Amino acid sequence: MSFLLLIEQVLNGLQFGIMLFLMAAGLTLIFGVMGLINLAHGSLYMIGAFCAAAVAAATGSFLLGLVAALAGAAAAGALVELVVIRRLYDKDHLDQVLATFALILIFSEGTRWVFGSFPLFLDVPDFLSGPVTLPGGIEYPLYRLALIVVGLLVALGLYLLISRTRLGIQIRAGENDREMIAALGIDIAKLYTIVFALGAALAGLAGALVGAIQSVQVGMGEPVLILAFVVIVIGGIGSIKGALVGAILVGLTDTLGGIFLPEALKLFLDPSTATSVGSSLASMAIYILMAAVLILRPAGLFGARA
Amino acid sequence: MKFTTMAATVALAIGITGAQAEPVKVGMITTLSGGGAGLGIDVRDGFMLAVKQAGNPDLEVIVEDDQRKPDIAVQLADKMVQSEKVDVLTGIIWSNLAMAVVPSVTAQGKFYLSPNAGPSALAGKGCHPNYFNVAWQNDNLHEAAGAYAKETGYKNSFILAPNYPAGKDALTGYKRFYGGDLAGEIYTKLGQTDYAAELAQIRASGADSVFFFLPGGMGISFLKQYADSGIDLPVVGPAFSFDQGILQAVGDAALGVKNTSQWNKDIDNEANKAFVEAFQAEYGRLPSLYASQGYDTANLLLSAMAKADVKDADAFRAALKEADFASTRGDFKFGPNHHPIQDIYVREVIKEGDVFTNKILAAALTDHADAYAGECSM
Repeated sequence: MSFLLLIEQVLNGLQFGIMLFLMAAGLTLIFGVMGLINLAHGSLYMIGAFCAAAVAAATGSFLLGLVAALAGAAAAGALVELVVIRRLYDKDHLDQVLATFALILIFSEGTRWVFGSFPLFLDVPDFLSGPVTLPGGIEYPLYRLALIVVGLLVALGLYLLISRTRLGIQIRAGENDREMIAALGIDIAKLYTIVFALGAALAGLAGALVGAIQSVQVGMGEPVLILAFVVIVIGGIGSIKGALVGAILVGLTDTLGGIFLPEALKLFLDPSTATSVGSSLASMAIYILMAAVLILRPAGLFGARA
Repeated sequence: MKFTTMAATVALAIGITGAQAEPVKVGMITTLSGGGAGLGIDVRDGFMLAVKQAGNPDLEVIVEDDQRKPDIAVQLADKMVQSEKVDVLTGIIWSNLAMAVVPSVTAQGKFYLSPNAGPSALAGKGCHPNYFNVAWQNDNLHEAAGAYAKETGYKNSFILAPNYPAGKDALTGYKRFYGGDLAGEIYTKLGQTDYAAELAQIRASGADSVFFFLPGGMGISFLKQYADSGIDLPVVGPAFSFDQGILQAVGDAALGVKNTSQWNKDIDNEANKAFVEAFQAEYGRLPSLYASQGYDTANLLLSAMAKADVKDADAFRAALKEADFASTRGDFKFGPNHHPIQDIYVREVIKEGDVFTNKILAAALTDHADAYAGECSM
């Protein structure tokens, strides 16, 4: 296990974490502001990927595909908020879970109905394809570096949006006291739609970016959704900063655990047992991390409320 | 005299229809939604094409979606056996689902015809007289990949597969015929979509070739990321990451890759030509190996129905065992453990016009049976 390999794996973990952040940020924002558990967030991720794949195939431009992903997911998010989610704010979490689970099924079958059951093609654009050589001689895919940069820019943008703009003030106020800001004359219904669409757009962006190096297929959002929930639980529900730290922790734990646990077990087990026990343990690593965080800080790392 | 002849003819006719007219009810449990839906849909479409072509009014098929979840597959199987009273079950794609369903339904006296999954546990000690695998034993295509790697002269392969029964069968199968050194051996998570960590290990390992078994969407992700990583080692794998359904989603990243399959659309026989043509006419797309497996499964069933009554389990089993149908693969017969003995080919991914597809290069293994037949006693 060389040092270079370690650096490369850290970059991989970072990239994975940052993509998780895009998902988790929307999820935690929606939960923080509206108190809504949105299981259909993974479907918005899928919609982003499908919009990007369809538009990129039609126009040949990956960037237009990204724009389409943002627009498509935001539009789907706003529509869903207006038609369904709006009726769920004053219901308890079980009703929200049931209704948004139904949305997953509707979106999945709807997507299958429109695009068919076979995965779509979406590729890395030419100007970002292939590896680059980093200082120290690490060959690393340029596209993954671009993902890290885009993710960090989005994180910065979100930070500025929330700390420096009027909308950000309303969002923070909404997190603290929903009734009060409504009483102060802020159109809370409009704020909710905007926040939901923003969260959806982030999920759609993640779907489109990741879709280029993974497979664009129905059901692609659900595994990521589970991880995103782990992230927001670790980071503290409602906290964007928590989502960023949690996402990077989960990304690094998952990636490095998958490498080092089998290697470590090889020291005292035979290789094939070590490989299979190690990979099983690695799949559990992030959940163990989550359990540990919850024991030490029941509200998550940056959680305001338990 | 004339009367007796006529009576005999009538009796004969009644006798024949007596054997046939007992309707056969088939329960198909397959994956029609979620990530692996393309495979289940192909198996179903291939199966239903053969059923439609036969036009046999005595065959009734019930199709249900297992969502790739073992618990749902078990519930569906219970429902089909207990309330629908099916005679034959089929359709399961994934080995972990097959392990949850097959032993219990065969123990209840039902027939199970596997159009895809062939876990080693059901081919060796766990074999059952009522279990027939029409596709392959899981190891088979990987054994062919191992044989191809050995023949090509690869000495130091890096091998990876998901951590589930078929993944373990895959690496076992490859190693059985490959014989060289291993630069690395990894089990990935089932359903994993990011392979950056594995690719870094491959790059650092000093391997001379890569063997991977990652069916469906996992393979798409792996191949795209492999192409983008700049690693240029030769790749070999079983057909499951190169089937017609997913090649279009992989694109150029798959071009030229060698993969092993028991079927391809250019196998030269009448049954296959007719199948490829009819499938395209019916569904407007090229068939995959899964579709050919579904089609062969239905034709096997129909051939047995023509010979025996499903209620007479011994006769029906014997009729299935004869495998008296025109397989799209050409020669096809069952070994002692009811798994196929067949040729397995090396294919290469090519581009025909705008469509990515496969062409056969050569046979990797001929009349190949599986390694577990000897452990099966029935």
